[in-house]
Amino acid sequence: MARAVSPRRKLITTVAAWAVSLLIFFPVLWMILTSFKTEASAVASPPQLFTADWTLQNYSDVWARSDYPRFFWNSVVISVGSTLLGLAIAIPAAWSMAFVPGRKTKDLLMWMLSTKMMPGVAVLIPLYLLFQRTGLFDTKIGLVLALMLMNLPIIVWMLYTYFKEIPSEILEASRMDGASLWKEVVYVLTPMAIPGIASTLLLNVILAWNEAFWTITLTTTKAAPLSAFIASFSAPQGLFYAKLSAASTMAIAPILILGWFSQKQLVRGLTFGAVK
Amino acid sequence: MSTQSNRAAARLMVAPSVILLFIWMIVPLAMTLYFSFRLYRLLSPERSGWVGLANYTWFLKSPEFWQAIGNTLALVGGVLVITVVLGILIALLIDQPVKGQGVLRILVIAPFFVMPPVAASIWKNLFMHPQNGLFAAVSRAFGADPILYLENHPMLSVIGIVSWEWLPFATLILLTAMQSLSSEQLEAAEMDGAKPISRFRYIVLPHLTRSITVVILIETIFLLGIFGEIFTTTQGGPGSASTTLPYMIFKQAIAAKDIGRAAAGGIIAVILANIVAIFLMRGIGRNLDA
Repeated sequence: MARAVSPRRKLITTVAAWAVSLLIFFPVLWMILTSFKTEASAVASPPQLFTADWTLQNYSDVWARSDYPRFFWNSVVISVGSTLLGLAIAIPAAWSMAFVPGRKTKDLLMWMLSTKMMPGVAVLIPLYLLFQRTGLFDTKIGLVLALMLMNLPIIVWMLYTYFKEIPSEILEASRMDGASLWKEVVYVLTPMAIPGIASTLLLNVILAWNEAFWTITLTTTKAAPLSAFIASFSAPQGLFYAKLSAASTMAIAPILILGWFSQKQLVRGLTFGAVK
Repeated sequence: MSTQSNRAAARLMVAPSVILLFIWMIVPLAMTLYFSFRLYRLLSPERSGWVGLANYTWFLKSPEFWQAIGNTLALVGGVLVITVVLGILIALLIDQPVKGQGVLRILVIAPFFVMPPVAASIWKNLFMHPQNGLFAAVSRAFGADPILYLENHPMLSVIGIVSWEWLPFATLILLTAMQSLSSEQLEAAEMDGAKPISRFRYIVLPHLTRSITVVILIETIFLLGIFGEIFTTTQGGPGSASTTLPYMIFKQAIAAKDIGRAAAGGIIAVILANIVAIFLMRGIGRNLDA
């Protein structure tokens, strides 16, 4: 909606937009600033935005006190693993829903989404027992499976909306040339859908990274990701603001940076085909 | 383009997703249903057996239940209203010709990347804490007593925290939708003398319908299961002032160690979630033309 506006109006809207955006961002900023303060200046009254005696001590304390690299690695394996597995299962499904839709396709899609409305707590005990019995409890494989199934409806839906935008004439042409179904998917469809697949991948890595119910309830130590790391930190450390902030910053920094770099693709993916 | 073999192949390709999701849904659900009719307490495992509908009647008769339903609706409804309304306003603002729009988007999207336990603990400790929180310092600066956010206004505080987490999602979808609106249409309306309000009402808002639908659908799916934010901040209290249905089930399972009752609550939650789902799909799913 770029229209010519007066410089004065541009100044006012710029100031207002920056003020609002900074306000939304402020809690994250405040946490990061606090993580560099000493414990004393973190709770100083009145609060200081910047402190003279800033320090990296909190980070080295958190690093020494807990096995951050292990939590980090578990988070990476679980979020990336569940997303890749989900994509492998969802791509064929979304393909056939988009290009060979049946009468029931829409209902099927809606049913898939509705499975996500079941509150996790409602099935916590059964899943806990199942995971214990099958040896999946506190394993990365178990969490990869759980989070894959949790996000599968979202993955299918996102891919479906992308695939629908691909003109089916191209597929027909490739079929005329004698491409088999499999070749059609691998060589024609998938390359065209790379941007859509990339957005889907990003969003689901973020959703899986930030998942904090199953990752905490279905693990104890071995497979525990960063969500469990921070949960274990906030209880006894509640009043050590600077350390809590440092641990929090360490837990969200990887995904915050990834998200900022891939912001464009991500936002496109987030719209779930609502914006053409 | 759909030949017979093509259709069969298509079915085959959908099958793994459908079968896996079905198993993922039905097995725990069947177990929950089974437990819900049983006496099953972790503290007295030697006593067990069928109890009919006793777990359900306990749950439905508990005064906490209706409060939990109310709190769940307040949470979902409150966050939806706040994020959609503020999302539209902020998107309108950022959509203006402003300097540094790219940076603004980066700032606004940040809360979306913050995992719920971190979001909840920042708000609880760094902001809402009655002694050391920033809000308390602001209150003191104005000579007022610090407000006990989590003690006296637990539900509003949780709604505020969750709204902060979901505001970026709503804002960015609505912003993207606004940017896809052709400027000719708006300019033409402007030339014809349409006021900003009516331009918004008759051009921008109708254009946003689909995206608002998506925001409501996706947010509802996630909001119905909100748990970590409450666990980290208020633990459902004080009393049961901020206990939602998921949290009430959790308290039965973990604190009271009564699996039978928790399971009955789970089944009730699933039924209610399905009612909401049907309502959503019928009411606004049509808008989607998925």
